[in-house]
Amino acid sequence: MIALKLAYRNLVGAGLRTWLNVGVLSFIYVLIIWHQGLFNGMYPQTSRFVIREEIAGGQYWHKNYDPFDPLAVEDSHGIIPSRLRALVRENRAAPILIRQGTIYPQGRIQPVLLKGIDPRQTVLDIPIAKLLTDSDTLPIMAGYLMAQKNGFEVGDVLTIRWRDTNGTYDAADGEIVEIMHTRVPTIDMGQLWIPLDRLQQMALLPDEATLIVAGRDIQEPLNLPEWPFKGQDFLLKDITDMIKAKRVGGFFLYAILLFLALLAVFDTQVLAVFRRRKEIGTLMALGMVRSGVIAVFTIEGALHGILAVGMAALYGIPILLFSAYKGIPIPSSAEGYGLAFPVRLFPVYSAWLVGGTILIIMLAVTIVSYLPSRKITGMKPTEVLR
Amino acid sequence: MKFIITFFTVLLLTASALYAENYPSGKAILDAIDRNMTSENRIIVSKMVIHGRRGTRTIRSKTWSEGETEAFTEYLSPAREKGIKMLKSGDMLWTYSPNTDRTIRISGHMLRQSVMGSDLSYEDMMEDPELSRHYKAAVTGKETIDGRPCWIVELTATTPAIAYQSRKLWTDRERNVPLKQELFAKSGKLLKRLELKDVAQIEGRWFPKRMIFKDMLKKGKGTEFIIENIRFDQEIPRHIFSKAALRK
Repeated sequence: MIALKLAYRNLVGAGLRTWLNVGVLSFIYVLIIWHQGLFNGMYPQTSRFVIREEIAGGQYWHKNYDPFDPLAVEDSHGIIPSRLRALVRENRAAPILIRQGTIYPQGRIQPVLLKGIDPRQTVLDIPIAKLLTDSDTLPIMAGYLMAQKNGFEVGDVLTIRWRDTNGTYDAADGEIVEIMHTRVPTIDMGQLWIPLDRLQQMALLPDEATLIVAGRDIQEPLNLPEWPFKGQDFLLKDITDMIKAKRVGGFFLYAILLFLALLAVFDTQVLAVFRRRKEIGTLMALGMVRSGVIAVFTIEGALHGILAVGMAALYGIPILLFSAYKGIPIPSSAEGYGLAFPVRLFPVYSAWLVGGTILIIMLAVTIVSYLPSRKITGMKPTEVLR
Repeated sequence: MKFIITFFTVLLLTASALYAENYPSGKAILDAIDRNMTSENRIIVSKMVIHGRRGTRTIRSKTWSEGETEAFTEYLSPAREKGIKMLKSGDMLWTYSPNTDRTIRISGHMLRQSVMGSDLSYEDMMEDPELSRHYKAAVTGKETIDGRPCWIVELTATTPAIAYQSRKLWTDRERNVPLKQELFAKSGKLLKRLELKDVAQIEGRWFPKRMIFKDMLKKGKGTEFIIENIRFDQEIPRHIFSKAALRK
């Protein structure tokens, strides 16, 4: 107890030097908790959008389909199996046919993916009702980013060129009937949505699809060798991998900042041991054992971390609560990263995150406080008091 | 009444006979075009003049081609494009860039992209069908283009796996060279227009030395092909049409 009292008194007595160290450490506490909180919030919030608008309960892919292989798209289609067709009729699955095409916005040639979807489906929560029309003109829905990039507006007429399954060119004018405001770039960029039956006719692929989205109520996926099932974990792997990569990137930043702060604590300790040799000698002369003196100095250093927790709580809690309540606005430029960012990202702080951060920093501060104090073991009271 | 019917029948038959006499059969015209234009192989040194939004670029190249399926092109100038090579073999297309020293297979959506900003897509480069094999033709009229009397021939595909469902040709009646071609989508929409000019006799054939290729859905003045030199039925070593030749 006496060591704690002494340590506290010495620390506060050091004045500005102490508060500078405490301030930097408290900033690191707040930064780590806030930054990791963002990542904690990112996964549930982005995956919620993707599940709602793109993958639902999972997808049955045609065996040739590979979204990362442009070679495979034209050959990735097949007759919808009867067992899945029954689910489609019950609106528990939604087939999507994907074909390649070309559009000519402002007279420029631009390749696009044409995605055919049944406008009556309710498996995916995307605004496709306007694709349901009796008009001869092909109705088209474009995503917001696609529309923004090409200057599309509702009512614009686009010429689309495509090849049917035999490779013969066909072309038609289509009208933009809906601009979809989505946060999921993978259903937006470089693609246009049209009614499934129209695309099947255009491509000469009646009753065929590239993938079939299963409803969110799916219990046990069907075992179809030609249509392997891809679950949510598989389809969300890109998001988890990206967040994991960003977390690792964040750790480097924390390590650098923490290193600088720990260096400051270390220097402070080295200086304290050097300047307070007489005090050390007096304590030893008065009967304090060496380990006791080391404990005073180590506790003194470690108290930096405890004071930093208090300071971080003082200004950090309002900041962290405010950002958790209001969310962080995500600029539209972030959509280019390929993640389905929400308009505002809400950080999520868990007890593990806060407790773990405090524990790790405290441990590191204690270690760097102890290391310079070990010099005390070699000191002789008679020499230092001379 | 009987007399009137007989009179009109005779008139109709005479008119049909006259029509048939004036308009040759479409097949005969296609055969004549193929005989004139098609060769076992050819080596061409040409200039591609691309009229873009930011000005005009000229790219020189040398192409070795054999039949409908094999072609190898090496770009000769300007310096930026020099050394780029392209190989078409069957339904596959590769391109080699000396800057990156990499061979890339052009596939999927990349096939629909423009070749060096021209009005030709990579897909267009892969299309060069022998007309009489893939289309049935009907002569539908006469017209004069650049002072040359032409037949108007309408082509409809007979094979399903053909890029353009229908074409319209304006063919020089004497020289059997199409002077203008329009390529249509299945829906009847005009997709491409090809004008063939400066027809000259080369090695006993009439051949256009300048072609203007226009993607009708795209803005711009189109792309010109100017043939500087062409040789037919040459000895072309087989290794030219291999991927290994791209890196040489």
